[in-house]
Amino acid sequence: MNFGFTEEQSLLRDQVERFIKEACPMPKVREIAASESRFDSELWQQIADLGWLGLTIPEAHGGLGLKWIDLTVVLEAAAEGLCPLPIASQALASAAVLTCGNDKQKTEWLPAMAAGSAICTIGLYDEANWIDAKAVTAEAHASDDGYVLKGTKPFVNDAAAADYLLLAVNAPNGLALAAVAKDNVKITHQPTMDTTKPMASVDLEGVKIGADYLLPMSEDQLAFLTDCGAVATTAEMVGAGAAILQMTSNYAKERIQFGKPIGQYQGVKHRLADMYVDLESYRSLSYYAAWSVDDDIDGLAKAVSLAKGYASDAFAQIGIDGVGLHGAIGFTAEYDAQLYLKRSKWARPMYGDSDYHMDRIATLGGL
Amino acid sequence: MDFDYTASEQSFREEVRSFISENLPPKKERDKNFLANWLEKVRAKGWVGFAWPKEFGGSEGGLIEQTILREEMALAKAPPLGTSMMGLAWVGPGIMQYGTEEQKRKFIPDILDSKVTWCTGYSEPNHGSDLAAIQCKAELNGDHYLVNGQKIWTTGAPWSQWIILLTRTQFDVESKHDGITCFLVPMDAPGVEVRPIQNMAGDKHFAEIFFTDVQVPVENRLGAEGEGWNVTVSALANERSSIGEVTQMFEKLENLKELVKTTSKQGQPASEDPKVRRTIARFEMKVAAMKFNGLRYLTKQIKGEPLTSETSVNKLHRASLEIEIDDFAVQLTGQAGLQLRGGESAVDGGTWSKSALNWPNVVIGGGTPNIQRNIIAERLLGQPKD
Repeated sequence: MNFGFTEEQSLLRDQVERFIKEACPMPKVREIAASESRFDSELWQQIADLGWLGLTIPEAHGGLGLKWIDLTVVLEAAAEGLCPLPIASQALASAAVLTCGNDKQKTEWLPAMAAGSAICTIGLYDEANWIDAKAVTAEAHASDDGYVLKGTKPFVNDAAAADYLLLAVNAPNGLALAAVAKDNVKITHQPTMDTTKPMASVDLEGVKIGADYLLPMSEDQLAFLTDCGAVATTAEMVGAGAAILQMTSNYAKERIQFGKPIGQYQGVKHRLADMYVDLESYRSLSYYAAWSVDDDIDGLAKAVSLAKGYASDAFAQIGIDGVGLHGAIGFTAEYDAQLYLKRSKWARPMYGDSDYHMDRIATLGGL
Repeated sequence: MDFDYTASEQSFREEVRSFISENLPPKKERDKNFLANWLEKVRAKGWVGFAWPKEFGGSEGGLIEQTILREEMALAKAPPLGTSMMGLAWVGPGIMQYGTEEQKRKFIPDILDSKVTWCTGYSEPNHGSDLAAIQCKAELNGDHYLVNGQKIWTTGAPWSQWIILLTRTQFDVESKHDGITCFLVPMDAPGVEVRPIQNMAGDKHFAEIFFTDVQVPVENRLGAEGEGWNVTVSALANERSSIGEVTQMFEKLENLKELVKTTSKQGQPASEDPKVRRTIARFEMKVAAMKFNGLRYLTKQIKGEPLTSETSVNKLHRASLEIEIDDFAVQLTGQAGLQLRGGESAVDGGTWSKSALNWPNVVIGGGTPNIQRNIIAERLLGQPKD
């Protein structure tokens, strides 16, 4: 029994935190988010060179062969600085290929994903707030030499930056992931609350793909990838939550009102304490869920729902209180607190909101 | 990160389980000597004061083994490992750390043998959360101290034989934490008067205690004169991981789910009501958070890092769950939920309605939630003191 990180994992965390501070500080985040591409290929290459994109890809396929708990370390630390690059999407796309791909696809695609030369993302559900196989509405129809796609994927994270997209569709033999290249589809950026997490719609109407580009996917595999998505999102919520708490706590020590630092008033300090309690609690649940991906597949659904169910509401409240306790400065665009509030809005529905996960907890608990 | 147990930890778990299956008969089959026999057997196993040093009669058991022991005992709903609760929790550790050789000889064995029950004389009429401001007075008078003053809301006072008593020996001090002295006092000493107080659940678990010219021999002082605050703080720091509590919480949650399954609301099964389902899930998330927070803290302790104020996180969860779970059961079952034991429609024999009125035991006893929030904000987040 050991619920702690190894020395290697602690070194990895330090490395990510240092890199983010030096190479992707908040002005850089804002610059990327405001740019046309909402992406930075130079930074991406540096991240790839550090090995972070191949963490969970087996060594045989050019990765490091580590586990989701190691990936969690990177996602959490990168999210402290709201790093806008699609590290999570890349990891989920690799998980999709590892889960649904055949040997040939794994051998051909994974090394480029680990090296970062192929930027990838996934898009699962087409309904705005419905986690279910029925919420996949895009289609793939058999044609002479492959498939013709039909429909739109309205909510695909990091689609505009991606070279390849793995998109859930209903194929003749059931669910599948269609692998499409960005040049073959129409990708339309969608403005959202959180500019550090770009979202786009992908028009699939009439797009043709070869037979090798359709990966059959069972409902269980869809559920597994959804759970992986929730684990990745929750890990980022831990990092971002810790950062806004730290920022708010520091401000409360320095801001003087009525002759005292506002952190001396219980109305402020108790709110900070509650933020800490919630953050530490979904942090513990998040680590356990990440561990379950590799080491307790039977307990994964429950572990994920406990973590994401807790984090969805808690981080949203932490975002609100982070801004609120700052007062008017928190409301100011130039100040960073509001960016974390926006991230909490983004994270809340991703791979299931608290209603979805809490209902699943009840079901798994026998109700 | 690894949630599996080693072979020796696993075999310890088996040992505990087989002990339980051999020595814990179903409730109906237990005779009047059962508890005494049980206490003798767990004592012989070295499971009372499991983590204590061997020289004092403990087993020097490791943190993981202790966790396993508590977990299995809670799962089996076994009687406690020793009935001298406060003796085991902090009086014993306090004596081991600060006591004289004679005090150790005199008090430790009786705590381990469940012969003596201790209560803790901290709160006073005017000083509860602000513990260091106590006024109960002790003055040296030859070979003894003369104690005068009052304690109140002292849990277990009506049936305890001894009290660990916090007094003030010096009033003219710069800091209120100075001048405090700790004593070990028999409850039947002349001048000690106990008046039980009935709580809102109808029980008389706590009391007010009046001390009038009580003579306490110098050899009953625990630690040096004026050292009482340190004794108190380090004794309270002996609280260990709360895995046993978490197991009990999970059990309670299972009982609640059973209740939900057999209850209807507005003519529909309660288990289908989204609010009910969400509430159960919220409880489950909090209890699971307590479990995994606890395991993180345990790992930290095993690595030799001291636990500081992190345990306040789980105390806050525990406090809210203590209030909310029973209250939810009462609310869910409507007018039947109001009925106490003996009521024709009482739910589960009135267990929920009874415990729904007992939460202050836990919620206020170990420091109120707002005190826990102060601890977190000040010690973990570095906010200025009030």
